Amino acid sequence: MKPQLVWGNPLWDSKACTSLVRVSIQTRGSAASPYVISAHNLTKKYGDFTAVDNISFDIPAGESFGLLGPNGAGKSTTMRMIGGVSQRSGGTLSIMGLDPEKYGPEVRSHLGVVPQQDNLDEELKVRDNLIVYGRYFGLPLSYLKPKADELLEFAQLSEKAGAKVDDLSGGMKRRLTIARSLVNDPKILLLDEPTTGLDPQARHILWDRLFRLKEAGTTLVLTTHYMDEAEQLCDRIVVVDKGRIMAEGSPAALIRQYSTREVLEVRFGSERNATVAAELAGIGERTETLPDRVLIYTDDGERALEEVAARGLSPLTSLIRRSSLEDVFLRLTGRSLID
Amino acid sequence: MSTVQSQGSDTAVGRGAVRPLAGLYSGNARAVISRGLMATKSSNWLVMLSGFFEPVLFLLSMGIGLGALVGTVTGPDGSPISYAAYIAPALLATSAMNGAVYDSTWNVFFKMNFAKLYQGMLYTSLGPLDVALGEIFLALLRGLLYATGFTAVMGLMGLVTTPWALLMIPVSVVIAFGFASFGMAITSFMKTFQQMDWINFVMLPMFLFSATFYPLSVYPEPIQWLIQAMPLWHGVELLRQLSVGAVGLGMLGHLAYYLVMIVLGLVLTTARLRKLFLR
Repeated sequence: MKPQLVWGNPLWDSKACTSLVRVSIQTRGSAASPYVISAHNLTKKYGDFTAVDNISFDIPAGESFGLLGPNGAGKSTTMRMIGGVSQRSGGTLSIMGLDPEKYGPEVRSHLGVVPQQDNLDEELKVRDNLIVYGRYFGLPLSYLKPKADELLEFAQLSEKAGAKVDDLSGGMKRRLTIARSLVNDPKILLLDEPTTGLDPQARHILWDRLFRLKEAGTTLVLTTHYMDEAEQLCDRIVVVDKGRIMAEGSPAALIRQYSTREVLEVRFGSERNATVAAELAGIGERTETLPDRVLIYTDDGERALEEVAARGLSPLTSLIRRSSLEDVFLRLTGRSLID
Repeated sequence: MSTVQSQGSDTAVGRGAVRPLAGLYSGNARAVISRGLMATKSSNWLVMLSGFFEPVLFLLSMGIGLGALVGTVTGPDGSPISYAAYIAPALLATSAMNGAVYDSTWNVFFKMNFAKLYQGMLYTSLGPLDVALGEIFLALLRGLLYATGFTAVMGLMGLVTTPWALLMIPVSVVIAFGFASFGMAITSFMKTFQQMDWINFVMLPMFLFSATFYPLSVYPEPIQWLIQAMPLWHGVELLRQLSVGAVGLGMLGHLAYYLVMIVLGLVLTTARLRKLFLR
């Protein structure tokens, strides 16, 4: 990765007349509010089913905002409404000062979208995927050709420029999808579960690329159910469940509020965990009994472990770890399987 | 493709006020068209070629082979013509139908449900109507190429005897337009492959019985009415009359049939796309 990339919105200075249009819309939007996305009492119903239930949030420019929630929580529906490809049942929504339902094409010209499933154009070569996608925004070829090469380099796919999409690995396809979403220099990047299904190497490369975008000032809105991803990338998180907002805050603040500093995990064997749990009462702030282990939420794991030993209990294994967003998530959305 | 590119600057990305088709149309169907041309160039031109040969093979086998047994038949203007000259325009109408229907049904169905191509397009500045118009245009372009090629083959076989026959090419495109816009509207209702098979179930009998290989007069009257209600018969009649220069006012009726089909198909497609993609 050479530092020749200019992420400071080359389009603003470019001669492409599209940029003039962008500027005027931008002014219109930013004059009204400091937020690039404002949702108020946003609701989406499919018949009797309420997918998104009266949620409100504001996202300032440059923030990295995470929507966390189990499957079916309404994350993707929210994303679709932001993109103007799903009509809301109630509430207001404003993207760069515009209502995406009324100004769909205009709003989407500011957005980059990375969908949950790759939908690359398999009939086109890798580089052509970027160029053709840019054409959908009405961007001129004189802008798109150098842009495509720049993006291929950013996505570490320069050598694959002439390859068929089908021949790319899962991680490469994902990177190409992200590169594609950047072709119109979006102010806001929507990422719906960007790293689902990728191996750890591919995930870390992706995180690195996303972090660079964030540094360059792109507003990131991402959904994920990987807690480490949310902790890595998000300035602020909203936990949603059953279409409602359960909690909101920075990863650290959420952990402070909904969990303890550390968690002690002790195992006594699956038959004994439940019976031993009663004898552990009072240690730490809170205990939770799972089929395979008992969790003790405490600010000092070592001391809690000493207390367990002092009560004459000797676990088969014990582990002290820092609290993570996963603890927050499970506490808020429950441990039962959601389908 | 350079003509396509040079227009890129007058994009509709930022056109201000809310229009009646707002959210559905951004005036950029050409981006969909250039995508289609690019895809054709890089992958599926062979498939396209096979579509051209199908009616040609029919014409050779039926016209030359069966024609030797049949001899001459009465043409649309009452004078005798060879059997090959009799069926050639009908085969042209059929190929216009097949090409348009294939492009607007199976092709669209696949891109919509499996390749997720349209979902990707619709997350850009494009609206559903840009996509529909672009795809229909591509289907028509293909129809135009087939019609031109087939008419050339007819010329080589000595089946073209009047300049009127050249009008078969644009009229084939009108026929294709009718089938493409209607076919797309129907496809937007389809959810499974089984349902898609119904389309073939309608098209094959239509091909065989629409006075393609013998005159309508062989049927009892009720059947004649049924055939005349179907779209392909109108195309066969139009092209058959043009092929020998038997031009009459009755042709306007046939053209009107396609006009209704085109408008109805476009209105229905737009309404369905709004429902499908802007839920």
